[in-house]
Amino acid sequence: MFTPHTPQDVEAMLKAIGLSKIEDLFQEIPEQYRFPELNLPPALTEMEVNQDLESIAHANGNTSELLSFLGAGAYDHYVPAAVDMLLRRGEFYTAYTPYQPEISQGTLQSIFEYQSLICSLTGMDVANASHYDGATAAAEAVILAYHHFRGKRTKFLVSRAVNPQYRQVIRTYMRGNSEISILGDDPDTGIDASMEKLIAQIDANTALVMVQYPDFFGRIIDYKPLAEAVHAAGALLAVSVNPTALGILTPPGEFGADIVTGEGQPLGIPLSYGGPYLGIFAVTNELLRKISGRLIGQTVDAAGELAYVMTLTAREQHIRREKATSNICTNQGLMALASTIYLSLLGKHGFEQVANLCYQKAHYAANQIDRISGYDLAFPDIPFFHEFAIRCPMPVDHLLDHLRAYDILGGYDLGKDYPELEGCLLMAVTEKIHKDDIDLLHDALLEVTHG
Amino acid sequence: MNFPKDLKYAKTDEWVKVEGEIATIGISDYAQSQLGDIVYFEFAVEPDEEVKAGQAVGSVDSAKATAEVNFPVSGTVLEINENITDDVEALNQDPYGKGWLAKIKISDPAELAELMDAEAYEAYCESR
Repeated sequence: MFTPHTPQDVEAMLKAIGLSKIEDLFQEIPEQYRFPELNLPPALTEMEVNQDLESIAHANGNTSELLSFLGAGAYDHYVPAAVDMLLRRGEFYTAYTPYQPEISQGTLQSIFEYQSLICSLTGMDVANASHYDGATAAAEAVILAYHHFRGKRTKFLVSRAVNPQYRQVIRTYMRGNSEISILGDDPDTGIDASMEKLIAQIDANTALVMVQYPDFFGRIIDYKPLAEAVHAAGALLAVSVNPTALGILTPPGEFGADIVTGEGQPLGIPLSYGGPYLGIFAVTNELLRKISGRLIGQTVDAAGELAYVMTLTAREQHIRREKATSNICTNQGLMALASTIYLSLLGKHGFEQVANLCYQKAHYAANQIDRISGYDLAFPDIPFFHEFAIRCPMPVDHLLDHLRAYDILGGYDLGKDYPELEGCLLMAVTEKIHKDDIDLLHDALLEVTHG
Repeated sequence: MNFPKDLKYAKTDEWVKVEGEIATIGISDYAQSQLGDIVYFEFAVEPDEEVKAGQAVGSVDSAKATAEVNFPVSGTVLEINENITDDVEALNQDPYGKGWLAKIKISDPAELAELMDAEAYEAYCESR
């Protein structure tokens, strides 16, 4: 065993942070889980273990067997087989850019292409080499804005229509900073698409305003008036995106976003409980030096040949540890590569076609369900992308249970996070859903509701 | 290497030009030559801010290093050279002129005595 610290070292470190024993570091973990007694059965053979684990795994449903309308942040898109094939090549199959990165020209080229694709998708000037997922990328936007104003602006407004989990992660990330307040998502602010209440809260102490696009309910909102209000106060606007939607929607760079973050999972990354997913992060040129992670650039070497270099790592910890704003480096390199391959395989038109199919199918589904008596669109007058909220005539958890009997994952129960949307179901439709599937859902809902 | 006689110098390679109770601050010719091509400067202060000697004016990034620039004396910031962000080459080309960074109103003139004159600073640079 490698033991880097002597007992004296450990004691000195504990003393410095005011603890008496190592176990005190684990107070965050509920006591009963801290040092559990593992009652393991006697050892099994590999074959037996495999059979055991398979039977356990079978208890889980999966979207290749179920008809899924579940979205709420992660979406079941088709991933071409070539994505996984290329990803598993030995040259790529590590998440890290090596130290002395210029030796790995292929890795740098793939990151450069990823950054370029994210920039053209979001309409932003620069993108970094990724964060963990949509939630942590959103939290990094808050950190960037805090440092951008050098701690002098302490109010961060996060729309209530931003994914509730993202809002939780932002609060977790910022928990150590007692000077700032994260506001804008208290129930009084509501979920009104006009943004009026959010705009009213913007003042000279506001560092950042964050919205989601499309929002958590799938709604497409024109954020131009918001962007104007944000900039009039000298604050920054962060927009958390679903990248698939950008196949057909105006990129946030065109309506005034200073920071674009997003969950990159829809770009060629399979659904997986707990990830790994992909955090998209892009900014305007003005914020170039404030972003965490690294930027890869294209240049020519001494012989005039095309070459890729690590252009900028202004906020990485190995440059100036005390100036670093994050410990993110390459981070989700492999997932960024997956999305690069996915986007390259689809091409500009193919990607637009995926977005269009999602949009059209979701609208067909919404229309079919809206026609069933007792079911109504929760936001009938607001345009949406591929996800929509439906007000249901029975408790959502009951409805979801009934649909499971038809091998249908119905969606996300919005009442859990939004009391005013009690009885509302959030449903997502991707290109994988066929018209027949939607008709099947329609018939199942009819049967469940009206016998 | 240029060491103007009318300036005072700090050990951390900033220059100060004193005119009455106003001090103009920048980095020395020696500092810019050691840093090499400067690519970025970011201010850590704003006008009207009270600053103490040793506090950062901002940070400078060059192709080969990053460094802090500090106030050699305490005072109140009157003006910062906003142009420098767009014309960062001035730090290399004209460190005593267009490359100035901040003007402050000196609060403790006694601190000036801690600084070196041109001759002492030149000797100090040669000794490194």
